[in-house]
Amino acid sequence: MTTAPYAHDKTMTPEEVVDRLSSGMTVGIGGWGSRRKPMALVRALLRSSVTDLTVISYGGPDVGLLAAAGRIRRLVTAFVTLDSIPLEPHYRAARERGAFALTEIDEAMFMWGLHAAANRLPFLPVRAGLGSDVMRVNPELRKVTSPYEDGEEFVAMPALRMDAALVHLNRADRLGNGRYLGPDPYFDDLFCEAADTAYVSCERLVDTRELTEDTGALPTLLVQRHSVTGVVETPGGAHFTSCAPDHPRDELFQKAYAAAAADPVAWADFAARFLPPDGDEKSYREAVRIWHEEQK
Amino acid sequence: MNASGGGAATAAVTRAEYCVIACAEAWRGGGEILASPMGAVPSVGARLARLTFAPDLLLTDGEATLVGPDGEPEGWLPYRRHLALVTGGRRHVMMGASQIDRFGNQNISCIGAWERPARQLLGVRGAPVNTLNNPVSYWIPRHSPRVFVERVDMICGVGHDSARAAGPSATRFHRIPRVVSDLGVFDFATPDRSMRLASLHPGVTVDQVREATGFALTVPADVPYTRGPSPAELALIREAIDPARTRDREVRV
Repeated sequence: MTTAPYAHDKTMTPEEVVDRLSSGMTVGIGGWGSRRKPMALVRALLRSSVTDLTVISYGGPDVGLLAAAGRIRRLVTAFVTLDSIPLEPHYRAARERGAFALTEIDEAMFMWGLHAAANRLPFLPVRAGLGSDVMRVNPELRKVTSPYEDGEEFVAMPALRMDAALVHLNRADRLGNGRYLGPDPYFDDLFCEAADTAYVSCERLVDTRELTEDTGALPTLLVQRHSVTGVVETPGGAHFTSCAPDHPRDELFQKAYAAAAADPVAWADFAARFLPPDGDEKSYREAVRIWHEEQK
Repeated sequence: MNASGGGAATAAVTRAEYCVIACAEAWRGGGEILASPMGAVPSVGARLARLTFAPDLLLTDGEATLVGPDGEPEGWLPYRRHLALVTGGRRHVMMGASQIDRFGNQNISCIGAWERPARQLLGVRGAPVNTLNNPVSYWIPRHSPRVFVERVDMICGVGHDSARAAGPSATRFHRIPRVVSDLGVFDFATPDRSMRLASLHPGVTVDQVREATGFALTVPADVPYTRGPSPAELALIREAIDPARTRDREVRV
């Protein structure tokens, strides 16, 4: 009688995640707007030289930061917003200077593109998009006719396959099982399943028993290890976006971010203070803590 | 058709409160569907409808929880289920518009050429899926020729002409029941499904509406006034639903 061998320990640092990414890749980023974004992984990406990315995201400050740093070649999105601040200043400026190519699709088309990719289908039919300028600005989109009696015509939403997905969850174990504790899973499971490699950052790394022991835990186990490549413990790793119930959005800091992002000189100061090239997640958290002290 | 209270009661009703009623009326007779209001005035309107003439309406807390009128949770509606509810059709959303044209095409994406916009806005968001799948009304707090334009720069919400051109799959569930602005209520009850003035908010003239509209609007010979709130509705708006007067921040008349 031998004990079963342990499953593979997938823990790594944000830097080790970024080491596995390379320029020109298609990278999906989970969360929604300014909610549960894997910001620690995005910050690590900003400190690297990885660029020329196709980014797939229900966009928030993740897109804003990557756009401001000139890392995006093409963006696939339905919107970019900070939620409590409707327009993302970096995204706006980048679009207005024509900084990257855009695939602008509807929120539901985006979701079905993820489903198609997760299910290894080339496309899924959707009604959304017909009659709108989504068809005009994406001339590569094709239509498909139902083979059944109805004969209806739909948009054939192509699979949103990606080389890598980055998501942030509340809890995860070392094997890559992840749990969300807030009200909305967003689409993080689909991002992981639509990607060749997926990296999960989490507020707290726990052992598998703790991950699953609460009553009602099972339906909150959003991400399973078979679709996860790496796990990173990053407390506050979604900052300044929300990560309910661990922490709300840091509205005060987001306001400062948005104000700085709207002005190149202020942004240079902001970036030097919070996102220095030689920094890390620990120094980021410390800089934010000191900033909050100053606001009192 | 005007507020029947007469004299003092009518004089006391603000423009924002007429707008609340005009928005609430969008959900009359909707049955057991989700009311998705975007903006303060539609939110007050949806809750008023739920508390009075449309008791079967579903409401959300703005995140992922379905709630009763007092905020008590009754269901779960994360984005993935919300999008399925949209395509299932059991929802009536009232969206905003940075631009809207005479056939009800709506734009929230960008101003100017899409390739390199003069002003980037939100993006198409869910406007395409909404307009093809469930009833979509619009709320425009400041009626102006910059918003009511001849042609929108980017069609996000699909209007009648665009839906017709796209074919039967596009028109099958397409419906734009009403457009509410700070000046009046509009619908598309014309032979070519272009926009028509359906009612004026008391205190507004037809000329004012025409001047604030950047396209030829159909105006019937007799235009009624938007109905005013009943005393019970007014009390609900002022004391129960919106004591903080969020409605006045959107409509300043």
